[in-house]
Amino acid sequence: MTTPLILGLLAGAILSGTSLLYATLGETIAERSGIVNLGLEGILLIGASVGFSVTAASGNAWLGLFAAGMAGGLANLLFGWLVVTRKANQLASGLAMMFFGFGASALIGARYVGAVIVGLPKWRPSWLAGFRWVKATTLFNYDLLTWVAIPVAVLVWWALFRTRWGLGVRAVGESPAVAFAAGRNPAVLQYQALSCGGVLGGLAGAHLSLSLTLTWSEYMTAGRGFIVIALVIFSKWNPLRAIAAALLFGGAESLQLQMQARGSLISPFLLDMSPYILTLIILVAWGGSRRLAAPAGLGRTFYGSE
Amino acid sequence: MSSPLAAPLVEIRGVSKRYGAVQANDVVDLSLYGGEVHALLGENGAGKSTLSRILYGFTRPDSGEIFLNGKAVDVHSPREARSHRIGMVFQNFMLIPALSVLENIALFLTDLPAVLRPEAVGKRIFEFGERFGLTVNPHAPVRQLSVGDRQKVEILKLLLAEARILIFDEPTKVLAPHEVDALFRVFAALKAEGFAILFITHKLREVIRCADRITVMRQGRVVGGFGSGQADVETLVTMMFGERGEIGATRQAGATRRPAEARPILELRGASSHATGSETPLRGLELSIAAGEIVGVAGVSGSGQKELGDLILGLRSLSAGSKWFCGANASSWSIARMRESGVAFVPEDPLVMAAVGGMSVRENLSLGTGRRYRSGVRLDWSALEATMNQSFEALAFPIPPLDPPIGALSGGNLQRVVIAREMAHEPKLIVALYPTRGLDVRSAASLRHLLRRARDGGSGVLLISEDLDELAEMTDRLLVLFGGALVGAFSRGAWQPEEVGHLMTGSKEVNVA
Amino acid sequence: MPEGGLTAVLRRSTALRTTVRHCGIGVGALLMFAAILLAAGKDPLKAYVDTFHYTLANSYGFSELLVRMTPLLLAAVAVALPARLGLINVGGEGQLYMGAFMASAGAFLLPTAPRLILLPFVAFMGFMGGAIWAAIPGILRAAKLVNETISTLLLNYVAPLIVSYFVFGLWRASENSAYPQSSPFPDAALLPSFFNTRIHAGLLIAVVALLAYWLLLEKTRWGVDMRAIGGNAEAAQRLGIPVPAWIVTALAVGGGFAGLAGMGEAMGIAGRLRQGLSPGYGFAGFLIAWLAGGRPLGIVFMAFLFAIITSAGDTLQMTQGVPYAVVNILLAMILFIVLARRSAGGTSK
Repeated sequence: MTTPLILGLLAGAILSGTSLLYATLGETIAERSGIVNLGLEGILLIGASVGFSVTAASGNAWLGLFAAGMAGGLANLLFGWLVVTRKANQLASGLAMMFFGFGASALIGARYVGAVIVGLPKWRPSWLAGFRWVKATTLFNYDLLTWVAIPVAVLVWWALFRTRWGLGVRAVGESPAVAFAAGRNPAVLQYQALSCGGVLGGLAGAHLSLSLTLTWSEYMTAGRGFIVIALVIFSKWNPLRAIAAALLFGGAESLQLQMQARGSLISPFLLDMSPYILTLIILVAWGGSRRLAAPAGLGRTFYGSE
Repeated sequence: MSSPLAAPLVEIRGVSKRYGAVQANDVVDLSLYGGEVHALLGENGAGKSTLSRILYGFTRPDSGEIFLNGKAVDVHSPREARSHRIGMVFQNFMLIPALSVLENIALFLTDLPAVLRPEAVGKRIFEFGERFGLTVNPHAPVRQLSVGDRQKVEILKLLLAEARILIFDEPTKVLAPHEVDALFRVFAALKAEGFAILFITHKLREVIRCADRITVMRQGRVVGGFGSGQADVETLVTMMFGERGEIGATRQAGATRRPAEARPILELRGASSHATGSETPLRGLELSIAAGEIVGVAGVSGSGQKELGDLILGLRSLSAGSKWFCGANASSWSIARMRESGVAFVPEDPLVMAAVGGMSVRENLSLGTGRRYRSGVRLDWSALEATMNQSFEALAFPIPPLDPPIGALSGGNLQRVVIAREMAHEPKLIVALYPTRGLDVRSAASLRHLLRRARDGGSGVLLISEDLDELAEMTDRLLVLFGGALVGAFSRGAWQPEEVGHLMTGSKEVNVA
Repeated sequence: MPEGGLTAVLRRSTALRTTVRHCGIGVGALLMFAAILLAAGKDPLKAYVDTFHYTLANSYGFSELLVRMTPLLLAAVAVALPARLGLINVGGEGQLYMGAFMASAGAFLLPTAPRLILLPFVAFMGFMGGAIWAAIPGILRAAKLVNETISTLLLNYVAPLIVSYFVFGLWRASENSAYPQSSPFPDAALLPSFFNTRIHAGLLIAVVALLAYWLLLEKTRWGVDMRAIGGNAEAAQRLGIPVPAWIVTALAVGGGFAGLAGMGEAMGIAGRLRQGLSPGYGFAGFLIAWLAGGRPLGIVFMAFLFAIITSAGDTLQMTQGVPYAVVNILLAMILFIVLARRSAGGTSK
């Protein structure tokens, strides 16, 4: 492999990995509080369509990004109302959110199919642009979301593991009864975790439409939401490991694009399968060892101890 | 430092609480002073737990008052109780296994800053640990701690949250004998600094050893109070159990006879098995159970008891060694085949391991009967019912209605259905896994009686239990399991609780007999 | 509370009560969906009237509902069967595609075989396609490696790509290479249709599948085993029921039914293998089975309702330029109401 190819791969990995990372971080926070949102796919779609529509309508990508984050947060609050307040089954509620996202994003984005937008601005620090190999690729030519992705991951890790709030969130995810007995309010913490997760999910979706593709099309997330659910498991519910996981999968996506662009003999349909197959393989490989890392209360409904 | 002569820290006056038809507390008075260990003694259902739950704010009394430092207070919630500096160590620890000791304690602190400062909490844990003999590694995940250490974490939690009144709900139930000694040394240290300790238990010897005052409850009432040294075992037993003296008498039961022909029903030869996750691997087990004997297995929780039961039932495969059932190599038999060959299983909570709560009693009776009642693609329900009715009669159990879901039955009736099913086909071997855990005294006694009867009828019984008293009463031979290996074997009456306790906790090695 | 005559009747008749409740949920969802359409500047009343007009108002429309119900019924059984073991099969969509794919492979493999051999063979292949696709998550779950929910979801994205690979490659139609579809199947592989409509033999298969599902669960000893696993897998295993084998079997058989649904779409409707052969029948099947609580009659009722809803999606797209996917909002609304209600019954008396 040549250096430009490797650098191109890396650049692509970082670009596609960005939205995966934000979504993984969001889902990690939610799952740490004991709630699995299988409807993340729907949240991503809502983020992508709201971000795109608002940008197309206002001409301002920052406004679009903000709206996408808000929409993601609100959608997750609706999910929270079902699973926390109404104590509905999490998997079924997640699938309901998935359908809601399918429909709502199609409705929101319908008017802007084919619209042309100016996406999030990208820049490359001038001192980096000096390197010969860098110049030839998109490496280091990133938008704000990509530039701050890793700091955000560190911030999420810090909030979960070094703050009083994070301790409460993790305690609720392990055992709501113990957290309750310790004077924490599990429902409030879960709502907080879900809204953080929703905002990050909305941003992740917006990054797809506002930076990566600059278009809106129905079902454009193509199962990334489900891949992210697997990435959370793969990264053992740890925001720092999530960086590596997102890069790995971003790399797989980028490799697939590079091969298609270079006219590889392998059919594009087979290449398109690779992220899903890779996800399954990783889940299988992780199968035995992941049980200890999962929050013990994940997916269970807490009925209070009164 | 306060002395028992000062005004009481807590005074409970005339507290009553009723649950349906049961008067759980009937005008109970109790006082608790700083610097004393006050034992609250009574059998299961005497009202001790209700009283402690009222004091800790979990339950509201129907009437009566609580005074703290002479002032009447309403304790509505555990949170309020904590603000009054009352703390409680529950039987089921309120700890999160995945979090570290430090995190578990920090979670409980009300004055925790928004950004954690682990060193500060760690320092306080260390200080309190040194002061009261509660040393434990603050960075270890609670999952890795022994039961005794987990209890230390519970106490530390309360101390760091500045509790002065400590309620212990049956704290010695899960401890090995030498861990009990350590706990009593902690009691002494706390007492010396003026803490008030309410020690809830039904173990007489422990009470006599460590309590400054003893209050005995029976059927919701306080029936007696003693100062240190005023009471002996006889008096306390009479008070706890009133007129009926049968509990003390059950000891006579087990005959030591091991049939001369002693044909082994089950044998494990060097049996080992792998473990995943939090399970315990089994290592080279040599075990033989003969017809007509009860073999007991003692061990602290997580020593491989469940894994041993599962290995025998066929739920777990052997990685080395072999398993023999009635002379045949059963190493690779399926669960279904083991059961059809005559293995029965009596677990602690049937709704977890032996019954499906949402299915009818009739359907539950059919589960695990293997090929016996198959008729084409259907089940022969009438043949099944006939056999089960016989089984209920033979056990002198009332026959329950067969159509309602089994989950609607009371705990005792539910266990009777499971036992009737398991006994219906004259099992050669009964694997009993903590069978009396969670049962009331009478149901437990009746279950023990049944196991003995099955033994006398020629069945082999493997009794896995954490209750040394139960094992002493029931077993013809006692094996000790530690870390997945058998570390001790004793015949009936030939063992001392202390010795077994040391073996159970791995603090002493003995060659297996 | 006053005991009115109506309340008394309702109290006595659970069937009536269930119907009233279902209608209430339906009306509630329709109202919420209408509000969303209004907010989007569309005319919900016109949409509903149009949908009624195109479906229930004439015999052709009604026959089209039955055509739609065929894959929905099979996809619902595909979910309901493993659900009795507590397994969540969200992979109906992928299993449906694999059924269509394998059935097509069968048809192209024996192009000259007589109808009497080819039809059963194609049906068998369709069943096996779905069964194999569902057995993969089954095996992974039985080995305690991967939860079947996530694996079935992921495989949904793989199966259509396999279909695309062949539709654009080996089996590509020669006469019109721009359109993503295979060449036509041999006539002997096509399912017979009835009454000059598009209703095809797949409907019979669906009814038989539903009947078999009911008999299996209610009348056989296997049904007892399956319900025991669903109620308490640990107890079932300890009582000697071979739980892992059941997990694989139930998922595979369920997947087989979804495969038959795909076979029906290919052999009964299109006559060739097409890239987008299902507008989400597999997902709809999950919702139908879940909303019906796995009860056979409930499945029939819900499948009928969903056939109308998906028709509404088409109507919206045709008459008001709203994307078909928007109909998912209506599905979500129904789910939200049911989810929020059900748990209320479970916890607060």
